[in-house]
Amino acid sequence: MKKIMNSEGANGLLLVSPTLLYAFLLLAVPIAAVVTFSFWTQNYLDLDTTFTLDNYRAATEEPIYRILLFRSLNISAIVTFVTVILAFPIAYYISFFVPQNKKARWIFLITVPFWTSYLLRIFLWKVILGYNGVLNSGLKGLGLIEQPLTFILYNMNAVVITLAHAWAPFAILPIYVVLEKIDRSLLVASYDLGESRIITFLRVTLPLAFPGIVAAAVIVFIPTIGDYVTPKLVGGPSGLMISNMIQLQFLKANNAPLGATLAILAMISVVLTLAILWLFGKFFGWINRNYLGILR
Amino acid sequence: MKPIIDLINVDKSFGDVKALKGVSAQIMEGEFFSLLGPSGCGKTTLLRTIAGFEDLTGGVVLIDGKDMEGVLPNNRPANMVFQSYAIFPHLNVGENVAFGLRRKQLSLSEKSEKVKEALDMVGLEGYENRAAHTLSGGQRQRVALARALILRPRVLLLDEPLSALDKKLREQMQTELRRLQRQVGITFILVTHDQEEALIMSDRIAVMFDGQIAQLDSPFDLYTRPKNREVANFIGIMNFLPGSASQAKKGFLDVTVPGLGEITISEDQAPAGVNGTQVGIRPEMLTILLDAEQTSDRETPGKVLEIDYYGDMSYYSVAVEGVTDPLSVSMRNTAGRKALNKDDKIRIGWSSESLILLD
Amino acid sequence: MKSGKLLTSFVWLYLIFLYLPVILLPLFAFNTGKIIAFPLKGFGFQWFYELAKIEALHTAVFTSLKIAIITSILATTLGMFASRAATRFSFPGKGPIMGLIMVPLVLPEIIVAVSLIVVLIKVLGLGLSIWTIILGHVLICVPFSIAILNGAFRSLDKSLEEASIDLGETKWSTFRLITLPLVMPGIISSLLISFVISLDEFIIAFFLTGSEPTLSVYIWGMLRFPARIPAVMALGTIMLVVSLLLLTASEYFRRRGLKRTGVQDTGGFV
Repeated sequence: MKKIMNSEGANGLLLVSPTLLYAFLLLAVPIAAVVTFSFWTQNYLDLDTTFTLDNYRAATEEPIYRILLFRSLNISAIVTFVTVILAFPIAYYISFFVPQNKKARWIFLITVPFWTSYLLRIFLWKVILGYNGVLNSGLKGLGLIEQPLTFILYNMNAVVITLAHAWAPFAILPIYVVLEKIDRSLLVASYDLGESRIITFLRVTLPLAFPGIVAAAVIVFIPTIGDYVTPKLVGGPSGLMISNMIQLQFLKANNAPLGATLAILAMISVVLTLAILWLFGKFFGWINRNYLGILR
Repeated sequence: MKPIIDLINVDKSFGDVKALKGVSAQIMEGEFFSLLGPSGCGKTTLLRTIAGFEDLTGGVVLIDGKDMEGVLPNNRPANMVFQSYAIFPHLNVGENVAFGLRRKQLSLSEKSEKVKEALDMVGLEGYENRAAHTLSGGQRQRVALARALILRPRVLLLDEPLSALDKKLREQMQTELRRLQRQVGITFILVTHDQEEALIMSDRIAVMFDGQIAQLDSPFDLYTRPKNREVANFIGIMNFLPGSASQAKKGFLDVTVPGLGEITISEDQAPAGVNGTQVGIRPEMLTILLDAEQTSDRETPGKVLEIDYYGDMSYYSVAVEGVTDPLSVSMRNTAGRKALNKDDKIRIGWSSESLILLD
Repeated sequence: MKSGKLLTSFVWLYLIFLYLPVILLPLFAFNTGKIIAFPLKGFGFQWFYELAKIEALHTAVFTSLKIAIITSILATTLGMFASRAATRFSFPGKGPIMGLIMVPLVLPEIIVAVSLIVVLIKVLGLGLSIWTIILGHVLICVPFSIAILNGAFRSLDKSLEEASIDLGETKWSTFRLITLPLVMPGIISSLLISFVISLDEFIIAFFLTGSEPTLSVYIWGMLRFPARIPAVMALGTIMLVVSLLLLTASEYFRRRGLKRTGVQDTGGFV
């Protein structure tokens, strides 16, 4: 009995081992190295390998790092919120209004814009949002404004707009997938029970779509924290984020330990935020089970 | 007849789950052998251990007298027809059938001759160049058969080969498989959960429950002389009544059944011996005596409770005084037979030879 | 159905928002004007001609192609090992192991870039080269490859391989004769997706690039020079067309693979 288990287990492990080894050597080990680095210090050209919390002290005490970290979290949260709020109706439309045979085409339609070069997509937003940009010249041409709008470029707004665009399909698709799985007869049953469309949406569709919404939020939130290009191109000084500082420490200031510390802090804040989101999900489920009684 | 396959105390576990518990059986050369049982009874696992897809946890599998321990499926003189048929989707019919010949030292013309022969045998003449995905379910099954038979194995293993077909086609394939088996003379081992299918096709049937063979017998013996209640219940329908037995004269038992009275049966009707606690009788062994002239060995009065009409047959649920559960009686709906209604008072006729005593 | 109409108009507005940059790209690429602004000057191919004259760009394209090809082969190979193991075997620690391999999917790329720079440069003291970029790109492409190949391996009926072994083939010849041809569409699809991801990737390349910039790093440099931007637009247009062609091809192969194994389509790689 053990023999069989072992041989199947051994076969699987043997087969997965090259990929596992790769991920271990180039992901697990490097991240461990980053953690180690964050406890060291840079002494001009040399590394001082005595254990110290100086980097963490600097990162938490000096306002610039704190501001950047909180701004990154803030921007990511807003981007996530905006992206998911905008994505939900689209996913809902494709799942409930588009005929079955055209759904694949619509999904393709949604994803096409994202196979433009990532850099150029963000650069084009700079072109769209700029002082003499597409939006301003368009609005001026229509006579809607006299002076170009300036609040849309080189600040947080620009970063939010651009990132909400960049991550759109990653929010639409997970929500679409869960909406597709909803048994349509449930909705019909709800109408039969005399519930209105809005009540049905709130009491049946939305709770069932909740896992997809959470997935979309997670998928958008994590990478936006670490985005480098968008703040650099459209953010201006008030829109810079933590990644820009990490890059600065690594490639310009030659202070890898501080850069590593900032990277660790960014990761920790991601994990903390996700933990909060997870608890919120649990709480929502609890409320739902106890008071709304939908998932019962 | 000599055994082609010898299973000696075969054990197989998946983790903590014991799929086979000490299975022993001999399968004879040239016979049509069935493994019958409900899903999860271990019949497919047993077939796969013979094919070599599962390593044994314990015991021995001999094919043609040779121990198969460590012999890979590609080196065993047994070929398999899979439940899903496993037709290679990227090869056409001819290539599928010829697949097993790849390693044989044969000229191209010899190979295509063999392929043609195999396809003819299963009634697919001229299908060589058809693409796999254009085949119907029945055709796929035939291709799978031709592909396995082309190697002239000593044993052909069939894993629920008919379960994916509709009823009409299934019945047609049952007779055809039987004919094919007689024609090629190869030992067929069929796994099925369909008792009717097993009865129709097999020379012998092993009924399996919970990883063990409950009874191994010919279809006739299995049906008329089931060894225990589980087997009796799985194959066909049987009425069970409580009863107690005592030894009568040599070779005979006296059985007392409330409602039916005292009956003397021969010992071979009582696999449980004097310890038997219930008697079984099949619905078709009970007759409803329609008029006064009709008589029977033994008669018992009763009342019709319900009638289930099956077209050629009717099943009557009959209450008998002194018997807790109503008896099921089946009758052929022959021409001119008097129709019965609910609540009709009738007499049931039966004979003591059709009773069996079980524990 | 007032709410339905409202939703439909929202969908159209959203589509405009999605497509705005993509529409502008060719618009400015074929515009003869030197600055990226409206009104457009005229239609012409001059920026495409200019692309042909920039030597450094050709080198960058060549570097990127080299990286993308090697990355897609390595990532698909590693993806095949993991995907085969995950779909066919149960082994101890399967969850955590597959989790670790898939992590780059949800890790900000800058973390991958930073951690690789720490290990490769600061700890091992290696120089930066196209190989450092390849190492990073393979890491982020493997999860995508696995996601695609899982579909291919899962739709492969296990009894097909057993039938082949039963008919006299060995494990290896079965892999060659049955498994490989049947998952080939998935493999091609994985190669193409990895290729496109690697070609487009910027952050890791930016951190790990040596003396040979990749195409995206080169574009990043060009974005600082307004005079170069129309040519960049032309370049972007070409890249968009190439990406779309590759993706269409990849989707075609994926679907053909599903059709061949006779499985219902359950959605794309996206």
